[in-house]
Amino acid sequence: MQTSTKSKRILKGVIYHSFVFGLGFLMVYPVLWMISGSFKTNFEILNEVLKLLPDSFKLDNFIQGWRGFGRLDFSVFFRNSFIITTLSTIGVTISSSLVAYSFARIRFPGRNFLFACMMSTLMLPAQVVMIPQYIIFLELGLVNTFVPLILPSWFSSAFFVFMMMQFIGGLPKELDEAAVIDGCSRYSIYSKIIMPLISPALITTIIINFYWRWDDFMGPLIYLSRPARFPVSLAIRLFADTTSQTNYGPMFAMSTLSLVPVFLIFLCFNRYLLDGISTSGLKG
Amino acid sequence: MIKKTGNLISYRKLIHSQTVSGYVFALPFIAGFLGFTILPMLFSFYLSFTSYRIGAESIWIGLDNYIRMFTNDPMFGNSIKVTIYYVVASVPLKIFFALFVAMLLTRTKILSGFYRSIYYLPSLIGGSVAVSLVWKELFASRGVINTLFAMLGVEETVFWLGDPNLAIWTLILLSVWQFGSSMIIFAAGLKQIPISYYEAARIDGSSFWQQTLYITLPCLSPVILFNTVMQTIGAFMSFTQAFIITNGGPMDSTMFYALYLYNRAFNYHEMGYASALAWFLLLMVGVVTMLIFKTSDQFVYYESKGGR
Repeated sequence: MQTSTKSKRILKGVIYHSFVFGLGFLMVYPVLWMISGSFKTNFEILNEVLKLLPDSFKLDNFIQGWRGFGRLDFSVFFRNSFIITTLSTIGVTISSSLVAYSFARIRFPGRNFLFACMMSTLMLPAQVVMIPQYIIFLELGLVNTFVPLILPSWFSSAFFVFMMMQFIGGLPKELDEAAVIDGCSRYSIYSKIIMPLISPALITTIIINFYWRWDDFMGPLIYLSRPARFPVSLAIRLFADTTSQTNYGPMFAMSTLSLVPVFLIFLCFNRYLLDGISTSGLKG
Repeated sequence: MIKKTGNLISYRKLIHSQTVSGYVFALPFIAGFLGFTILPMLFSFYLSFTSYRIGAESIWIGLDNYIRMFTNDPMFGNSIKVTIYYVVASVPLKIFFALFVAMLLTRTKILSGFYRSIYYLPSLIGGSVAVSLVWKELFASRGVINTLFAMLGVEETVFWLGDPNLAIWTLILLSVWQFGSSMIIFAAGLKQIPISYYEAARIDGSSFWQQTLYITLPCLSPVILFNTVMQTIGAFMSFTQAFIITNGGPMDSTMFYALYLYNRAFNYHEMGYASALAWFLLLMVGVVTMLIFKTSDQFVYYESKGGR
C-alpha cells in the first residue's frame, strides 16, 4: 500500500518534470536553433532544418560574418555598442540614484508634484517626444553622433528612480537620523550611507539598462545613418537587408555573438535581474 | 561639478537646508523633464498643427492634420485596426500563458531556479534584432515551422509571412513567447498568498479548480491588472519586430501604428502630420488604460477594502 502511493508520487514527479522540461525546451528551441545555425553551412540550414547538432563545429560563419560589410568589420559595431551602452548606463545609474534619494528621503515643497510628473512619464509613448527630439538634435548638428542616444540617460529614468526609491524606503530612517546627529550633511549621507546600501538596486539598474541599450533598435535607426557609427543591433540587420540573397550562416553567427554579452550577464547576475523585475514590476 | 563645490562653501547653510538639497538631488530629473519631455511635448503639439517637413518652413494649417487622419488617410484607419487586433490577441494570450507557467513552476521545489531561468530566457532576448531575424527564418516557407507541419502530414506549404491573414500571427506569437517578465511578477504575487487559505480550502474539500477560481485568481487580480496595463501599453508601441520581420506587409496587414508613424516621419519626412499621429497615439493609450482601470473595479479584489 505504502509503496504504491510512493511510486505514484514518483510517477507524478516524473510526468511533471518531463512536461515542464519539454515545454521549456520548446521555449528555448528558437535560441538553440540560432546557435546551431551559426555553425551550419547554408546548405544545412536550408535542407536539414530541424537538426540542432551540426555535422561539425566549424567557425567559418563567425570568420566570414566578423568581416562585416565593406571596410567595416564587427569590431567597429561592437565598439559602438559598448560605448553607447556603457556611457548611458553610467549616466542613468548615477542620476537616478540622486533623484531617488531626494524623492525618498528629503521633504521639500513640490516633491509630490514632481514625483507625479515622473510617474506620468512612464505612461508617455516614446513617439510623442521622438519627433521633436529628433528635430532638436538635428538642429544642434548631433544627428549621426552618439549624443542623442546617451545624453537623455544622464537625466535619470523614471523606472530606475522608482525601483531605487522602493529600495531606499526599506532602509531604516534611524540610519539617516544618526548620521545627522553625527554632523553628516545630506550629501555625505547619500554618498557614504545610501549608495553602498542600495548597491543591489544599482546592480539591477546597470543590468537592465545594459539590456535595453544593447537591444535598442529604434533609437540608433533614427539617429545613425552612417554604417561606421552602427551598433551591433543595426549592423546584423544588414545581413538580411542586402538585395542579394540572405547569407544565413554569417547572419546567425553574428546574431549569436550579439547575444553573448546578454547571456553572460544573465548567467552571473540572474538573481538581481529576476528580483528586480518582481519587486518593481520592471520589464526586463 | 567644480562650480557646485564652490557654491557649497559659500552658501553652506543654504545648500544644506532640506529644500535646497532636495532640489539639488532632484535636479537631473527636473532638468531632464523640462528638456526631454515638456519642451519636446510642447514643440510636438505645435508641430501637429503645421505642415512641417525637415528643411522647409513650418506653415500653420490648424486642424488639417487631424482632419486628414479621419477623412483622407485610409492607412491611418488600417493601422489602428491592425494595432488593436494585435493588442487584443497578444496581451490576453501572453497574460494567460505567463500565469499558467508561473502556477506550474510553484509546484516544484527542486530545479525551480533552473526552470525560472529557462522560461525567462525568451523575454531576455526576445526584443533584440537577432531574435527577430531568427523568427523570420523560423516562419520562412522552408523554415522550422513548415518542416514540422510537413512531418505532421500537412502537404501544402504555408506562407506565414506572405499571407495577410497569417503574418500578424507570427508577430503575436513572438510577443506571447516573451511572457517571462509577466511570469516573474506573477510568481512573486503567488508567493504573497498565505498558504493558510489553501489549507483551509483543502480541509473543506475543495478541488484544485475551486482553489484557483476562489483563492488564486482573486488574490492575484491586482497583479493581473498591473501586467495587463503594462503589456497593453507596450503592445500599442510595438515597432522593432514588425519593422524587421514583415516591415508592415503583406498588404499592410502588419502595419502597426508605431510603424506607420515612423514611416510618415522618417520616410516621407512629414513631421507635422507624424506629430499629430503621435498625439492621437497618446490619446488612444490614455483612453484604453483608463478603460482597463474602470472595468477593473469589476474583477480586481483588494484585500484591504474587504472585497469589491
